Amino acid sequence: MRALHRLVTRLLNLSTRRRGDERLREEIESHIAAQTDENIRAGMSPVEARRRACLKFGAVEAVRENYHAENGLPFVENLLLDVRYALRVLRKSPAFTLVAIVTLMLGIGANVVVFGVLNAVMLHSLDVSDPSSLYQVRHRQWTQGKLLTTSYPTFEDLRRRNKTFSGMAAIYAYSDTSMNWRRTVTSVHGDEVSGNYFDLLGAQPALGRFFHAADEHGPGSAPYIVLSDSLWRTAFHADPDVVGTTVEIKKHPFTVLGVASPQFQGTERFVWPDYWLPMANEQQVQGYDFLHGRAQITVTVIGRLKPGVTQRQATDDLNKIGAQLANEYPQTDDGQPLRLVHPGLYADEGDVIREFLWSVTALALLVLAAACANLASLFAARASDRSRELALRVALGSSRRRLVRQLLTEAVLVSLAGGGAGLVAAYLLLGVLSRTAPFAGSLTVHVDARVYLVGLVLTLTSALLFGMLPARQAWQSSPLQMMKGAHPQSTHLGRFALRDLLLGVQIAICMLLVTASLVAVRGMTRALHTPLGFQPQGAMLVSLDFSQVEQEDDLALEKAKAIIEAMREVPGVTAVGAVSRTPMTGGMHGIPVFPPGTAEFKLNNSVLAPYVFTMSPGYLEAAGTRLLGGRDVSWQDTTETPYVAIVNQTFARRMWGETPAIGQRFLLQRNLMEVVGVAEDGKYHDMQESSQPVVYLPLSQSYSEPVFVVRSPRAPIEMSAALQHTLSGIEPDLPIAVRSWSDTLSGELFPARAATVALGVMGLLAAMLVVTGIFGMAAYNVSRRMKELGIRVALGARRTQVMSAAVGRPMVLLGAGSLLGLLAGIFASRLLQQIVYQANPSDPAVVGGAVLTMALLGIAASAIPARQALAVDPSSLMKEE
Amino acid sequence: MKQKKDVQQGTLALMLLKTLDVLGPLHGYGIARRIEQISGYLLSVNQGTLYPVLLRLEQEGAIASEWGPSENNRRARFYRLTRAGHTLLGAEKRDWEQTAAIIARFFDVKAGDLG
Repeated sequence: MRALHRLVTRLLNLSTRRRGDERLREEIESHIAAQTDENIRAGMSPVEARRRACLKFGAVEAVRENYHAENGLPFVENLLLDVRYALRVLRKSPAFTLVAIVTLMLGIGANVVVFGVLNAVMLHSLDVSDPSSLYQVRHRQWTQGKLLTTSYPTFEDLRRRNKTFSGMAAIYAYSDTSMNWRRTVTSVHGDEVSGNYFDLLGAQPALGRFFHAADEHGPGSAPYIVLSDSLWRTAFHADPDVVGTTVEIKKHPFTVLGVASPQFQGTERFVWPDYWLPMANEQQVQGYDFLHGRAQITVTVIGRLKPGVTQRQATDDLNKIGAQLANEYPQTDDGQPLRLVHPGLYADEGDVIREFLWSVTALALLVLAAACANLASLFAARASDRSRELALRVALGSSRRRLVRQLLTEAVLVSLAGGGAGLVAAYLLLGVLSRTAPFAGSLTVHVDARVYLVGLVLTLTSALLFGMLPARQAWQSSPLQMMKGAHPQSTHLGRFALRDLLLGVQIAICMLLVTASLVAVRGMTRALHTPLGFQPQGAMLVSLDFSQVEQEDDLALEKAKAIIEAMREVPGVTAVGAVSRTPMTGGMHGIPVFPPGTAEFKLNNSVLAPYVFTMSPGYLEAAGTRLLGGRDVSWQDTTETPYVAIVNQTFARRMWGETPAIGQRFLLQRNLMEVVGVAEDGKYHDMQESSQPVVYLPLSQSYSEPVFVVRSPRAPIEMSAALQHTLSGIEPDLPIAVRSWSDTLSGELFPARAATVALGVMGLLAAMLVVTGIFGMAAYNVSRRMKELGIRVALGARRTQVMSAAVGRPMVLLGAGSLLGLLAGIFASRLLQQIVYQANPSDPAVVGGAVLTMALLGIAASAIPARQALAVDPSSLMKEE
Repeated sequence: MKQKKDVQQGTLALMLLKTLDVLGPLHGYGIARRIEQISGYLLSVNQGTLYPVLLRLEQEGAIASEWGPSENNRRARFYRLTRAGHTLLGAEKRDWEQTAAIIARFFDVKAGDLG
């Protein structure tokens, strides 16, 4: 308590120092006067009396010093002095200070942005209770993108038989429909979940209530819906009275039970559902029942472990049940081994995302390291320019510790300014990122305390990193040598070698980054030119909301046919087709195919599990998918005629090898299909997938609600009106949505785009660092050696010799550093391949590009110093001295 | 070296507090004189060293000070013990007596007593 009291007083005294001084002076005066009076009374002469009094009092200066030490905080006072001096020094060379601050701002800003995303994606757990015990069930085999794992009945079996989970819930996250509320139709997507979903996750509603397991009593018994916060705000105008009202989905009324809290966004970080509804009522929304078939894989299973149960025990438990089920249902359950992962990042893609983020973090740290190397050599050069001043201070009695502290103070000030600017820039950038959400779904990036802390730590660490070098230099310098004005470079070769090393390291790091960014750009270009097997450019997707029209499949088919015919007549339309689902829209799973004559439809007997698309005649043309042989499907293929199918090349090759596929047969969904055509391969689920087998069935033989593909050079907005007009003749008031196909695919290209932007920015920063590094070194060299260069010119040196003396060393370093960086880039190829697919850093174009970039940068950076060196005028230089 | 100074300072503070306790409000010179008298001029401290100690005690809240006229009508700063100072004095006194008693016991012990 007393110590605290004292600290507060001392802090206050920092500002009121003068008054303390005054008081002491007065007290001393009065003290000595009193003693003098007494001495006089004792019989001394006034002069003698005062002398004795002073002697008795002691050394006034020593007392005053002690008094100050007690009164203020000398450490803080010295620090303030250092800061004030450092500010003055930095203000004297504004260009240097600015360059240093901007360099750090970029380095630290890049790191903070990367860490901010990393923090949001990986370090924050999902907003559910006890996220660490929540797992998602996966097949053991590593797969990309596919979230669905089992059939609904298998899920029920797992839930009932396991002994290791306190609860299990099923999710179908591909629910897509339109919702009619007060005559407004909104197109929405969401999750269909088992009744215990919310209770399992431990989520609490913001309004109303959630549904529970007790609310469902078999199929169709729970017509309830829970809205997400964002849907409630956008489509329901944040109306609190919405709870208890009904919305219509596919003509079925669903009661709005409640609204989720803004933080609760389901179990996937990037895909936020608009709504949740009980799986029991799935048929009303999806139009088909998948609660009973064991053959179709339709749900994602999540579960919460009982306390004390390990992941291993739970996996073993599940696999035991899997084996039992394979015994009991040999036709459908194949007993594939299962494993558990934490949900949130598209299941297995989490590994890719995590590695990507760590890799980018590593690259960002490299940028900062290069920036620090750059600043270290800049500061060291400055310190040696100031060596005379520093030597003078040592000679005048300043302690070396004090000098080092002074230099470190300058470094910390610069890095605080840079770090502060970097944080602000990062904050703004993260804000923009959060708002525009270029992610495939949504993700909010909060700048929280952790991010600020990382920014601060990075700032101080870099200050120490680049401040230590000049400090070391000052520590070792001998005042005598400095005062003599000896050329430091002749006496301290070692220091300059260290600076060369720093520049070399910096160039190597930058080369690595430039290589990485070139690799990314090339990967992206390739990704953009990957044959998709369809041409999204110049085509649009037209969705019609048939849910407003009650109809049988046959009628719907007729209507679809009529709509296609009508669309074809719209001016500017070159091709029209309809398909059950366009490629790369997720939620796809293979459907087993059996050879003709199969009696037992066991999964083990199936030969392939292709994706199945249902399409109208003309779809392939409209989509831009080439038909390589045979014929297109036609409206004449009906349920009365033999079942036909078009397969892709992969399907044909894997089924029949070199034998022509047309005319071959196979069994799909127990129907015998005859292959009538072969279409080209493409991408169906995601960009990275390997060639997948695909079967196209005619819409007229197995109807499912289609989306229309319209190819036209006209803009989607124009087309929308034209189509609306045309369709009103067939089906008035049918809601219609027209989107450009390319736009809907942008999410698919997001990983490649993000990687390219991230690496491109890093590469750009690296390139800037190379320029400043080489420029700094060359310019410094030239300015230090002006006199020598002048003498050389006077003695008749040729221009090339002057040039090599001026910028030779940076150029050699550039070459050596680049070579090192290039080698590092080739060795780091594994890392780069994680980030961008189709990346190959030993690609001749990349290597060539990187070398060329570095050479150009080097030339650009040393051009000005070289010109300066060439322009040396010996006579004026001589006159100066 | 430093430790020795600390001990001295601590002792000086104690003397100072006791002086103020006995004599009531007093200025720096008065305190210095009093300490000299009591110690029988055996303690040779520069009078100036009092002031930093006075300042520290004041910062700690043990004493308070204000300007006032001295006996021969000079302006002088008068120090007085605060309530916290009284408590502190009591505690310091007990500490000191305890230390002194322990040390005294060590000096009293003769070789025979250990037998």
